[in-house]
Amino acid sequence: MDYQLKEAEKQLLLAVADTDDLGKGAYSLRANGAGAAIHSNDVVTIQKKEGQPGITVRVSSAAKGEKVYIPVVITQSGVDDLVYNDIYIEDGAEVEIIAGCGIHNDGEHESRHDGIHTFYIGKHAKLTYVEKHYGQGDGVGGRVLNPTTVLHLDEGAECTLDSTQIKGVDSTKRKTDAYLGKDSKLIVLEKLMTHGEQKAYSDMDVFLKGEGAVARIVSRSVARDASVQVFHPRALGHSACKAHIQCDSIIMDGAQVSSIPEIGAYHVDAQIVHEAAIGRINNDQLIKLMSFGLTEEEAEAVIVDTFLQ
Amino acid sequence: MLELKNVCFRVEDASGRKEIVDHVNLTIPDGKLTVVTGPNGGGKSTIARLIMGIEVPTSGQILFNGTDITHMTVTERAKLGIGYAFQQPPRFKGLTVRRLLSLAAGRELGREECCEYLTGVGLCARDYLDREVDASLSGGEMKRIEIASIMVRCPKLSIYDEPEAGIDLWSFTMLVDSFTRLVRERHDSMLIISHQERIMELADTIIVIAGGKVSEMGSREEILPGLMEGFRAGCAYRGEDA
Repeated sequence: MDYQLKEAEKQLLLAVADTDDLGKGAYSLRANGAGAAIHSNDVVTIQKKEGQPGITVRVSSAAKGEKVYIPVVITQSGVDDLVYNDIYIEDGAEVEIIAGCGIHNDGEHESRHDGIHTFYIGKHAKLTYVEKHYGQGDGVGGRVLNPTTVLHLDEGAECTLDSTQIKGVDSTKRKTDAYLGKDSKLIVLEKLMTHGEQKAYSDMDVFLKGEGAVARIVSRSVARDASVQVFHPRALGHSACKAHIQCDSIIMDGAQVSSIPEIGAYHVDAQIVHEAAIGRINNDQLIKLMSFGLTEEEAEAVIVDTFLQ
Repeated sequence: MLELKNVCFRVEDASGRKEIVDHVNLTIPDGKLTVVTGPNGGGKSTIARLIMGIEVPTSGQILFNGTDITHMTVTERAKLGIGYAFQQPPRFKGLTVRRLLSLAAGRELGREECCEYLTGVGLCARDYLDREVDASLSGGEMKRIEIASIMVRCPKLSIYDEPEAGIDLWSFTMLVDSFTRLVRERHDSMLIISHQERIMELADTIIVIAGGKVSEMGSREEILPGLMEGFRAGCAYRGEDA
């Protein structure tokens, strides 16, 4: 990579992309509100957008098992970044896109990234979209992330959206919209932990338009301290389709969690189910792990970690 | 050796004070299988919970190999070598069977080792290692995994609270086979709370708890025939058949 990563940027990249080397594949790195490095290969083309901040990614049908990194790192206090990324995945392509945003804020001003990602997933194409959010730094300035993800799934397309926010983000408003075509399949895995006075809101609208569309939404969260979480996933069946929403939250300390799953059927053969549960860590779970020799604190950590895995 | 000396456990509710465990004295010897039985609500499970440290006695003393453990935490007792299998094992979302067994062992267990323990309780490891210990498992599967988690730890004293509760007949047969093997192959102390004749038949010692007190205690040969006779005499449907 031509761009020389600073130490703090390396740390953030490791946290959100599990690597500090974006490798030989196609990638786009955005740092402190500007494009830092961009690289295409023979099956993935990434271009900077004209007239609007962001990138356009095109994944060709020839891509099989391709990994594409498009992370964002912010290490300066006071950055207010807004990007529009459009991702086109051609029919039959198979690709994993690793996005995510890490903010290190040691300053007194709020650092914020609003990423609007729109995916067009072609017929029988397969996408795994991995998005991790992470914040760190000692400044009083807020670390704010507001991701919007729009997914258009064509006939037979499959998409797994795997989003994780475990630490350090003071405020997040997540919006996800998905439009499912015939025989397409969407899996959403949302993992969230909030602490301190953090606030997290997640709105998700899944429109099952095509016959045979399937959606599975699994949300797991842990709310600690005085943090607040609000989930509002909706699954709307407009055809002979199946959808399942499952929201589970562990509530601790003085946190607040609202889980408002909503389902709607506009076709007689739409089968849509939702489950939601909020509760504290079960005492028997703690005792079970303590009877293995773990301390109460160790047992609690195991329960939280595995719940979010 | 585990000793309970004058152990009491009292609760207070709207109807007043109630002695759940009332001046219980008993000894669980090394290398023996002790079965605790008796009517429901008699205090058996509370005694097991007092031994594990889940409840603390109102008065009395619990000694384990001469050490006073009366006020030790569950963690401390586990480290001393006491293991406890729940009557209703808790379920964990996200925790795989393999991770549970590794936590029990205190180290990361290899696939082969996990297979050995799961096979020992009649489960095909290939089907279970990566499954979560959650509501997708049946009561019988949970019970067998619970027993495997105790076997992994090799505790000096293992306590099983009604291992037969809430499982089907087939799973129960597998459980009895697991305990038979444990008794044959291992030389640690076991305390099983049970109502089942087939489990009592494995016992060296049987203790009957009723009304929070020890009502009978002795060898299997001394206690079991009387218990079964009492059951037959007091069993209404047998009376009708006769």
